Amino acid sequence: MNATRRPKLELLSEPLADQIIDEGLTLLERHGVLVENAEALDLLQAAGAKVDRGTGVVRIPRRIVEAALATVPATITLYDRSGEQAFVVGGDEVHFDPGSAAVTMLDHGTQSERKATTADLVAFAKLADTLDHIHFQSTGLIATDVPSSIADAFRLYAGLCLSAKPVVTGTFRVEGFRPMKDMLAAVRGGDDGLRRKPLAIFDACPSPPLKWSNLTTQSLIDAARAGAPSELISMGMTGATSPTTIAGTLVQHVAESLSGVVIGQLAEAGSPIIFGGSPSSFDMRKGTTPMGAIETMMIDMAYAQLGKRLKMPTHAYMGLSDAKINDPQAGFETGLGAVLAALAGINVVSGPGMLDFESAMSLEKLVIDDGVCAMAYRLIEGIAQRDDPIALGVFEGFVPGMSFLTHPHTRRWYRTEHIQPGLVDRDPYEAWVAAGRTSIVDKAHTDVAKRLQAYASSPLPKAVRRELDDIMSGYARSLGAEFKPATLF
Amino acid sequence: MNKAEIFRQMSEAIVAGDREASRRLAEEAVRSGFDLPEVIEQGYVPGLQRVGELWEKGEYFLPELILSAEAMKSAMAVLEPALGRRTTSAMGGKLVIGTVEGDIHDIGKNLVASMLQAGGFEVFDLGADVKLERFVAKAEEVGAQLICLSALLTTTMAAQKRFIELLKDRGLRGKYKVLVGGAPASRKWADEIGADGYAENAVAAVKVAKSLAGRA
Repeated sequence: MNATRRPKLELLSEPLADQIIDEGLTLLERHGVLVENAEALDLLQAAGAKVDRGTGVVRIPRRIVEAALATVPATITLYDRSGEQAFVVGGDEVHFDPGSAAVTMLDHGTQSERKATTADLVAFAKLADTLDHIHFQSTGLIATDVPSSIADAFRLYAGLCLSAKPVVTGTFRVEGFRPMKDMLAAVRGGDDGLRRKPLAIFDACPSPPLKWSNLTTQSLIDAARAGAPSELISMGMTGATSPTTIAGTLVQHVAESLSGVVIGQLAEAGSPIIFGGSPSSFDMRKGTTPMGAIETMMIDMAYAQLGKRLKMPTHAYMGLSDAKINDPQAGFETGLGAVLAALAGINVVSGPGMLDFESAMSLEKLVIDDGVCAMAYRLIEGIAQRDDPIALGVFEGFVPGMSFLTHPHTRRWYRTEHIQPGLVDRDPYEAWVAAGRTSIVDKAHTDVAKRLQAYASSPLPKAVRRELDDIMSGYARSLGAEFKPATLF
Repeated sequence: MNKAEIFRQMSEAIVAGDREASRRLAEEAVRSGFDLPEVIEQGYVPGLQRVGELWEKGEYFLPELILSAEAMKSAMAVLEPALGRRTTSAMGGKLVIGTVEGDIHDIGKNLVASMLQAGGFEVFDLGADVKLERFVAKAEEVGAQLICLSALLTTTMAAQKRFIELLKDRGLRGKYKVLVGGAPASRKWADEIGADGYAENAVAAVKVAKSLAGRA
């Protein structure tokens, strides 16, 4: 039997990839990064980096970066809430999760964006829980009816209560990490349990060009010490906050990301870090950051290739769209992104459900995109040889006009070889007319309601839930905010 | 070189976004004792108008726009001191601009500020994440006519509305013209909150500002 080739697409030639990494390292040595966090400056200085205390600029010699790359794990294993199901984040494994931190919801009824509330957050978490091809949940919506000071932790609280899937999340303020980590640890029965079986990924976003803010640096340090994976989200905008060429932006991406790897490894050697990002091809007409631009996807695929070359797990924001409603643009940008991300072997792909750059979440789109993800997973399974000989056995006893429908070979393999991807329309025309000429968006809207009705995720054990409520209450109290244990879930 | 040729070169320097040439020509004009209001209006402003046309035709993009604005600023830096107290119809008056509180996005705002400055306004740019109170304080301090508020997030655009209310509370609403802009803003939004103007891009912003300042 011949081995199955897993389809893979690499955009950079090896020499070009090496030169980009080399220039990134030179950039760190020569110009350095601005670090606005005292603890990180101490760590960097102690490791031998040249720290200018006046400006906060740190020049990092290659040997420090190389030492960090030697200790950063190539693979991370995330576990679901029960601690039983494992997800390997590394190699060419691909896991989709909904795009995160949307500020608005696309309301299907009005076809307009509106602020999200706790009720939306609940619906979103429940829906993501029901979707088979969305492997991780994300704290993907900001509930505006919750005090903004506790909004970061509240998203995680809701997610942990409503779904067993691993979580992609992040902090909005320095104080936010502690209660979020405490809730995750509560689920695992303690800090050690969380370290052994990570449940959540924390996003850490450097500010382009070449700056680490206090918030994001602290999140990186805190996560490293808790053994929680951090996802580095470098986000140069070509020609605005990073060089306009794709290769030039990649150099900056490497420098920003590797300085993050250094900070994380200095905080705790061996701490899990994902080479991620949210760069974009800056639109020179509108001044916007299109995530659906083909050049954005090219940058994503290329930095993922570089991340793999550096033996790190990877992440990207792909499989999302800049469209404002679920129109053809929303579909093709999402489809292109999901397929290209899968072909690039990107480990964590955040995007499904998202519209309007990274700012709006659509429940209908999330359901539609689940089908897109199904197709992308199928694609990278590749074409397998199931039998040997491949087909000669099937043709034994061949007669002209023979049908394969009833052939045992068909029943043996059709479900493995072919998938039924979600809500796409495959009706004959007359059947489609008879069924009311519904679009995929209308079907999705109905499907959302059906799924929310059928949602039946097992709740958190009562004692754990009480712990989470207490952690949230304490956090809110410490900030003078009001928090009542949610009654919606 | 005759005056017409120098004016043509000034216009070209703006269209090409050539800061160096733009400044050098301005210095030459001052040295030669040219009528400076005429230099601005017939030398540089036609260049800016051409840039606006090229933008609207889709031939110019943000980098060209910003470079042209920079070239205009480098000329004005030479011409303004030499003008002394004289003003020209190309000079617009004072305005205060900034991105509202809670919002750190400033690329669009910077661009609009640059274009307004190039368009002859004296621009007081307060930066990003600006407390509403500071817009008022600065406008009062410098005697501005216009206040421009940028917001890039749907969550922060509400500050534009609160600002109008703040002006009303202070009894200052009649004193200033308020322009709003940024990705989530729209004509409809401006009308809804009672702002005086809205522009969808930096080129349009200059037109709106000029018209509100009574110059168009």
